[in-house]
Amino acid sequence: MKFGVVVFPGSNCDHDAYHAAKHVLGQEAEFLWHKDTSLKGADVVVLPGGFAHGDYLRTGAIARFSPIMPAILDFAKKGGPVLGICNGFQVLLESGLLPGAMLRNRDLKFHCEHVTVRVEETDTPFTASAMKGQRLRLPIAHGEGNYYAEPDVIRSLEAQRRVIFRYCDARGEVTDAANPNGAANNIAGICNEGRNVVGLMPHPERACEPTLGSGDGLILFQSVLASLARERAVRTA
Amino acid sequence: MSTVTPEEYERIKRSLKREPTETELGIFSVMWSEHCSYKSSRIHLKKLPTKGPRVLQGPGENAGAVDIGGGLAAVFKIESHNHPSFIEPYQGAATGVGGIIRDIFTMGARPIALLNALRFGPLDGKDAARTRRIMEGVVSGIAGYGNSIGIPTVGGEIAFGDPYTSNPLVNVLCLGIVAADALVKGNASGAGNPVYYVGAKTGRDGIHGATMASAEFDDKALEKRPAVQVGDPFMEKLLLEACLELMATDALIGVQDMGAAGLTCSTCEMGSRGGAGVEIDVMHVPQRESGMTPYEIMLSESQERMLLVVKKGREAEVEKIFEKWDLHAAQIGEVTTDGVMRVKDHGTVVAEIPNTALVDEAPVYDRPTTRPAYLDEVRALDVASLKPVAPQDALMTLLASPTIASKRWAYRQYDTMVRTNTIAAAGLSAGVVRVKGTNRALAISTDGNGRYCYLNPRRGAMLAVAEAARNVACAGAKPIGATNCLNFGNPERPEIMWQLVEAIEGIAEACRALDVPITGGNVSLYNETDGRAIYPTPIIGVVGVMEDASRVLTRTFRGARDAVVLLGEDRGELGGSEYLTIVHGLVRGDAPAFDAAREAALIRLVTEAASAGLLRSAHDCSDGGIAVTLAESCFDSGGIGASISLLNDLELFSESASRIVVSVEASKEKDLLRWAAAAGVPARRIGTTGGSRLEIDVHGKKVVDVGVAEAENLWASALEKHFKRAVA
Repeated sequence: MKFGVVVFPGSNCDHDAYHAAKHVLGQEAEFLWHKDTSLKGADVVVLPGGFAHGDYLRTGAIARFSPIMPAILDFAKKGGPVLGICNGFQVLLESGLLPGAMLRNRDLKFHCEHVTVRVEETDTPFTASAMKGQRLRLPIAHGEGNYYAEPDVIRSLEAQRRVIFRYCDARGEVTDAANPNGAANNIAGICNEGRNVVGLMPHPERACEPTLGSGDGLILFQSVLASLARERAVRTA
Repeated sequence: MSTVTPEEYERIKRSLKREPTETELGIFSVMWSEHCSYKSSRIHLKKLPTKGPRVLQGPGENAGAVDIGGGLAAVFKIESHNHPSFIEPYQGAATGVGGIIRDIFTMGARPIALLNALRFGPLDGKDAARTRRIMEGVVSGIAGYGNSIGIPTVGGEIAFGDPYTSNPLVNVLCLGIVAADALVKGNASGAGNPVYYVGAKTGRDGIHGATMASAEFDDKALEKRPAVQVGDPFMEKLLLEACLELMATDALIGVQDMGAAGLTCSTCEMGSRGGAGVEIDVMHVPQRESGMTPYEIMLSESQERMLLVVKKGREAEVEKIFEKWDLHAAQIGEVTTDGVMRVKDHGTVVAEIPNTALVDEAPVYDRPTTRPAYLDEVRALDVASLKPVAPQDALMTLLASPTIASKRWAYRQYDTMVRTNTIAAAGLSAGVVRVKGTNRALAISTDGNGRYCYLNPRRGAMLAVAEAARNVACAGAKPIGATNCLNFGNPERPEIMWQLVEAIEGIAEACRALDVPITGGNVSLYNETDGRAIYPTPIIGVVGVMEDASRVLTRTFRGARDAVVLLGEDRGELGGSEYLTIVHGLVRGDAPAFDAAREAALIRLVTEAASAGLLRSAHDCSDGGIAVTLAESCFDSGGIGASISLLNDLELFSESASRIVVSVEASKEKDLLRWAAAAGVPARRIGTTGGSRLEIDVHGKKVVDVGVAEAENLWASALEKHFKRAVA
């Protein structure tokens, strides 16, 4: 499978996502420059973390106008798997692929640490190989990860089971103390209505090798590989 | 504003054989400032060992470089941004980070790690509110720049002390990786080759920043705020990527960032190194404001700007790379053969100075030195007269003191993991980053104890080198190179100059003995406010390499029933200790003794034992003595305790050098003791890990018996409490 890793000016986890796909998973991977208009045959698109355009104006607000974005919107509309990590999640929010917005962390400080998230749903390409309720230890590194949406939006996200990851404690309990940034309903990640576009604040690409402190993030990448393989098998059958 | 002395003015006239123009005088005044010319320290810096089989680049370039094997080089340097950080903490610290990162990527290296050594005044007492504000600003400035540009902050240290109240220290170290044969130099050569300016536009910010950094502060310090620059990490990220892309071609001749003294310094230093001249016209320099004079353009310290010399005929290729990153590369001049820095304004020459006059003929002072009178008074220490304090109370007090308490409040704000190389979690050891594509990892530590140096600058400096090297060894790496940042007061005072000379000689001696050559660094003088100097504070950064990254060690105990072994020997030394300072309120005595041969043997032993997989954890004994070392070995372990026996009460908090507490599987204890005996390192088993309490007895009498969770909670929350209180 081929991973396309989008590079905006100011992206800084692009190399990390590339490394995870190419060297840890042994898949094909290619950088997609933001001024390009083609996804170069990528089977899965990753919008990596960082500070696209310096986070100036608003996180992700300028990146959404990049020449590559129409191709990504089109790819997503056709059901292609798209993963937005941290700043990539913020770009997905700005582009309208996912609902809601990010506020500053409630203590107004940047947080970099390992947190625990619970896998809420497994019917997305990025959680298909996980178990419902599975706890993942993943790093966060953000100053604006306090997920916010209008109450009716949150209600519909919950009703449509589109909350995919939630911050929880080590036992899997969703508590306020386990919420690192003040996100509504402890939301760490959500998906679109088609369930093929997933955005999350934690960094699974930083947790693909035990030597880095956790290998729990690998499941997202393994899931998308398995989903794509299944899809291909169905198509060729 | 000019700091040229009357004698220096005469010297300028002799060099030029005429009166200088206004622009020329400005150029001389920044190039001959202490910050740029090292005029007070230069003759002493020559004493430092700078060569070795692994040294690929010593002092004199933008940064030093050492061979780490496999055809790769580690490029690293430490630099201070003390003065700006006091005046404008956020921007001062942020631009300090930005400046040192530029020094690394101008050498062609991809920056992969940042560390910072910070010193602040006490967090309680009359100036506490201001100190908290400075510290919050500095920490968020470091975070704001480093996180955004995407280079992990993997280590460093923070200490507190009265003399830093009105003069905090912000020293930042950056390390990068480059193929050893692809190191880029900062020189201009080849007559007719175009000189390009890339990056942010030039504004009126930071004019005479280097001059500001070369003077003491007084009650007017805050009026100097306009001399502090404003950082833009996004611009620097673009410059970083574009420059590395350009360096992958062979179109580049040389590059230098515009740091202190801006366009002036980069123009004449590149010409000087390349044995050529550089001619520019300021009308081509991209400007942020209208009506800037040549003087202002040449002296501006606007951030995120680079000067490049490229091969003639390759201009289109170069411009295309910068355009890709939305950067504008402006050709502002060309290389000449006459060794002159020539500045024109719309074709009219406004400055014409031989490079040699600015760089090589800069004044060099052999300033007088006097052993300070305070030394005899403070060295006297009568341990017997100290009021008795229960050891456990003293330990808990130390664990909650800001210098020893967990720095999580600060490092949680830093992205410690971006680039996915950080293989030792923040706060658990020296900073350790793996080198992708190899099995190797690099460990980096910065250390320096100002109190030791105040009591004994020579010994204190040696101990700083030793501690940094020891910390690198505790992570499992062999120390191979060092960088230094010398933070001192006003060198025109003979007592301060004496401290500086003693410290440099101490560093030289220790680096020689431990075989860690100095590859570069920075001198920051005039760290005084209203005539009160900081503690003399040399900060040493040591880089070490380990061949097998999977052998990385941290300070934390790993399981129950391991043997706890003390390597090295206690000598009952309380002088200058954290215990005396925090528990008894005394800064007295002499710094701990230092025996370089013992230290070298200890470092070799630990490095070898670690690479053989013999050790489970390693933690050096420093601030707070072995009691604190043992407590910290329990912390972050998931609550593993230990039972320990010591020989006497003094041993608990003594800070004797050259000691490391390690844990080993019980079955390997004998092996380790045998290895130690063969290495000539004193070693003794002092206890066993296990349980959930830290218990220490002395001669069979239990003097410490505390739950790990209770002690850890105190230690982990102490720093944060100061800032929570500030918010409430």
